[in-house]
Amino acid sequence: MAVALLLLLVAIGSVLFHLYSPWWWTPIATNWSYIDQTINITFWITGFVFTAVVAFMAYCVFRFHHREGRQADYNPENKKLEWWLSVGTGVGVAAMLAPGLVVWHQFVTVPADATEIEVMGQQWQWSFRLPGKDGRLGTSDVRNINPDNPMGLNRDDPHGQDDVVVENGDLHLPIGKPVKVLLRSVDVLHDFYVPEFRAKMDMVPGMVTYFWIRPIRTGTFDVLCAELCGAAHYQMRAKVIIEEESDYHAWLDQQKTFAELSGPTAVVRATYQSGGK
Amino acid sequence: MSAVILFLAVIAVIAGWWLSQQRLTAKPWLEAGPIDDFPGTDATTWPAAKVGLGVFLAVAGSLFALFISAYSMRMNMADWRTMPVPTVLWFNTGVLVLSSVALQWAYVATRRNDIDGVIVGLLAGGAAAITFLAGQLVAWQQLSAAGYFVASNPANAFFYMITAVHGLHLTGGLVALGRTTAKVWHRNAATDEMHLSIELCAIYWHFLLLVWLVLLGLLTGWTNDFVDICRQLLS
Amino acid sequence: MVDVPYDRIAGIPPAEAPDVELYHPKSWLTRYVFSQDAKVIAIQYSLTASAIGLVALVLSWLMRLQLGFPGTFSFIDANQYLQFITMHGMIMVIYLLTALFLGGFGNYLIPLMVGARDMVFPYVNMLSYWIYLLAVLVLASTFFVPGGPTGAGWTLYPPQAILSGTPGQDWGIVLMLSSLILFIIGFTMGGLNYVVTVLQARTRGMTLMRLPLTVWGIFTATVMALLAFPALFVGSVMMLLDRLLGTSFFMPSLVEMGQLSKYGGGSPLLFQHLFWFFGHPEVYIVALPAFGIVSDLISTHARKNIFGYRMMVWAIVAIGALSFVVWAHHMYVSGMYPYFGYFFATTTLIIAIPTALKVYNWVLTLWRGNIHLTPPMLFALGFIVTFVNGGLTGLFLGNVVVDVPLSDTMFVVAHFHMVMGVAPIMVVLGAIYHWYPKVTGRMLNDVLGKFHFWVTFLGAYLIFFPMHYLGLLGVPRRYFELGEAAFIPPSAHSLNEFITVVALTVGFAQMVFLFNLAWSLFEGAPSGGNPWRATTLEWQTPETPPGHGNWGKELPIVYRWAYDYSVPGAAEDFIPQNQPPTTGAVQGATP
Repeated sequence: MAVALLLLLVAIGSVLFHLYSPWWWTPIATNWSYIDQTINITFWITGFVFTAVVAFMAYCVFRFHHREGRQADYNPENKKLEWWLSVGTGVGVAAMLAPGLVVWHQFVTVPADATEIEVMGQQWQWSFRLPGKDGRLGTSDVRNINPDNPMGLNRDDPHGQDDVVVENGDLHLPIGKPVKVLLRSVDVLHDFYVPEFRAKMDMVPGMVTYFWIRPIRTGTFDVLCAELCGAAHYQMRAKVIIEEESDYHAWLDQQKTFAELSGPTAVVRATYQSGGK
Repeated sequence: MSAVILFLAVIAVIAGWWLSQQRLTAKPWLEAGPIDDFPGTDATTWPAAKVGLGVFLAVAGSLFALFISAYSMRMNMADWRTMPVPTVLWFNTGVLVLSSVALQWAYVATRRNDIDGVIVGLLAGGAAAITFLAGQLVAWQQLSAAGYFVASNPANAFFYMITAVHGLHLTGGLVALGRTTAKVWHRNAATDEMHLSIELCAIYWHFLLLVWLVLLGLLTGWTNDFVDICRQLLS
Repeated sequence: MVDVPYDRIAGIPPAEAPDVELYHPKSWLTRYVFSQDAKVIAIQYSLTASAIGLVALVLSWLMRLQLGFPGTFSFIDANQYLQFITMHGMIMVIYLLTALFLGGFGNYLIPLMVGARDMVFPYVNMLSYWIYLLAVLVLASTFFVPGGPTGAGWTLYPPQAILSGTPGQDWGIVLMLSSLILFIIGFTMGGLNYVVTVLQARTRGMTLMRLPLTVWGIFTATVMALLAFPALFVGSVMMLLDRLLGTSFFMPSLVEMGQLSKYGGGSPLLFQHLFWFFGHPEVYIVALPAFGIVSDLISTHARKNIFGYRMMVWAIVAIGALSFVVWAHHMYVSGMYPYFGYFFATTTLIIAIPTALKVYNWVLTLWRGNIHLTPPMLFALGFIVTFVNGGLTGLFLGNVVVDVPLSDTMFVVAHFHMVMGVAPIMVVLGAIYHWYPKVTGRMLNDVLGKFHFWVTFLGAYLIFFPMHYLGLLGVPRRYFELGEAAFIPPSAHSLNEFITVVALTVGFAQMVFLFNLAWSLFEGAPSGGNPWRATTLEWQTPETPPGHGNWGKELPIVYRWAYDYSVPGAAEDFIPQNQPPTTGAVQGATP
């Protein structure tokens, strides 16, 4: 009796906890509310199954626990029942999987008008790069990295000269414009994680990964690293600021391009080298 | 991971075939009674050691299939530089074939109860296997003398690693072969137990020969050409 | 039921008792230390696994202290925290659960349940244990080497695992990989035994469909482990070469502490593929034995045959096969080719169907049963609740797009602890209460057992159920402290404190259990040979605890399946597997 009640309590308590929990997802800041809806569908279906199974079990314990003279049924199987349960489960699974795959398709299909920006992870800080007037990012290579060129941009690439480089600062993004976030790492795995974005992806040294978002509300959001990257993993922070288009451009105009940042030193070096000859 | 998936598919077919013989659709609660009523479902009469070897070969096969999977994934990266195949490998391959043939011959001799033949076969097989291992070491030496070090390119690293793993398996086999030979030598008669030991050694040798041929095809790039041809035929 | 006339049985020759094959111990040393008896090896495996498991339990307390009260304990720093999580995870998954289910329960139960005298290769079986012990010692030694154990996370992802930004980069990771390689070699030796014993040493009449589900679970899990562990072996060897010889299997060009490293061109994702090709089957390597054992616990203690035995067997086989084609669902956000997501999400959710069917059949076995609420039954009920909970949250993480926001958060931590931490441990504990009388001849104390159950079950649920919601909120895993983040409210910190307090309580409740184990060994009530009135063969041994060779002079002959409970018309509510059918429905005592 007590056992049955406690089991029932676990089921009901879980449902109540779910309904009244003060811990819930952060208010969304991008177009990925479809993901939240898929989670909600999954919560409904799985919540129903969990409650039903535990409640059924509690009832069995209450109704059929051992008493003097009780004899259990002899019932090896019931093919029909098992098939129906399988089919029912299959329907439930399909109801979760189908919307999931549809939304995944949107997730991996980047709109053609998305602006490419780049996030680079290293132990243990973030750097950002935005395309300049030409709208294109220049190429980069880990081997180019040095104190003058922290993101390892290719000096000979004309597309890279006007790229805006933000080292160890905050990222600004305009509201409403789709953005393809290119992700790269120079040392170990990282993961560019903004809880309000819902989207995230690992950054893998040696390759470029991506996800895309369309910001839908302004605000300042924390950037965390979500893939273990060594001792100071938990301190690898930055901020993303989503703002109106005009504010964004005001900010952008204050930033230095790659050419501006590396120009003087590059020129000095060039003279020095030619002088040497 | 396609190599290992393919390998596991083969294992799954074998397991599925065996399970299909086991009356898995029977209703056991209706079938109380002695086993004679349900022939063919008891444990088989194969010797346990033979089944054990079969299971072990599946495990070793899985290991090599995984090395091959890793190899084929890594070779698509940009820094891969195919390595020249040392000529001595062809000699080694021939020696390993001879080793396998000698053990097969020893096995055939046990069935004729020809003890001298058995001993000659075992010794020849063992000597050829040791020659193979020595030949592999020569290949390593030639490669490193020519500047192909383990860390200079992934192709080299895979070559050293895979040949080492294969060589270790063969070394393990040599221990078993040595014990079998010693037993036959001392008793000077072939008991059932020795029949079995020699048969198992022969099976293991054939397996390692097969693995070596596959690895050789991989390391020389033939497998790659073959896969490309298949792909072209399909498309 | 089709009963066969008795006279047809008389013609069956008694099973042979090949006494010469037995490796009779000659001294104390070969009886208790270098024993080739599977039962002794089982106990050695269990004790070693439990000992290293206790270390992992203490590590979890230290982690919880840090998470619940950040900044309070000066003896835990960020490096140590990472070392704790790594060692805790690796020990629990491989050195405790895998070793305990297969090396411990497998060794004890397989020969007894299939009616064999011992494993088929006793010497190799003994070697298996000693190599396992060596692997455990190598692993434990990393606590004492310079730099300490590796802090790369139990997944050991390169490049991080072998670079200088990670604790334990010099000795810890090398010893960890060596220990894993040893473990796999040792396990393969044991695994060969478990598989071949089930294939070849079943006693007369023990067809596959008469095997208890425990054997089915352990057998299938062992087959999977034999095929999957090589992937970890390959990954470990390659990473060891990267670390020691400077090869670049997994290592791309990268900047290590401001300097361009010697590595170049390798693929970190290659390691992840190898790791999870082992790692996902590993989940089922732990789960399938638990599935099997819990089926037998429920059936025995509800005095009712397992509902849908055939479907249960097929489901075990189907799950075992399917689990090899779902591995990349651990890699949805790893940066792999995104279109793989469709395939792996589909296979992952399909595997939910046979798994769900098993759950239905467990609860349907309770229906119209005669449920004895003994400690094994309580733990079985606890298993169902936690397994269903953890399994259902798996549907979140397996559905590729839902995994995107939840991956690498506390939701994942809560999910896998519920499904492959708490749930299998529930089965382990239930199984110990169930088989302890066979191993020792004495019962465990019932009152202490029930106390142990309720604290463990409710406590574990209170730890891990709310933890999902921290993950939903966005709290990432493997964080030494959360620090300043606008989206984390103060209440989340209170919840962390609460979880820590409960975790410590549950931890200390295990001391009650250890006390019970020790005390009952001497003071427990004598159990007799078959205290639960069970049908399976291990309860029908002539001696309790079973002697060397298990069966005395003659092997048992099996006449029926493992679940003849409450058969209508039978005199008792169970009929042992080795009891011959009679012409009438009247059953006497066991002949």
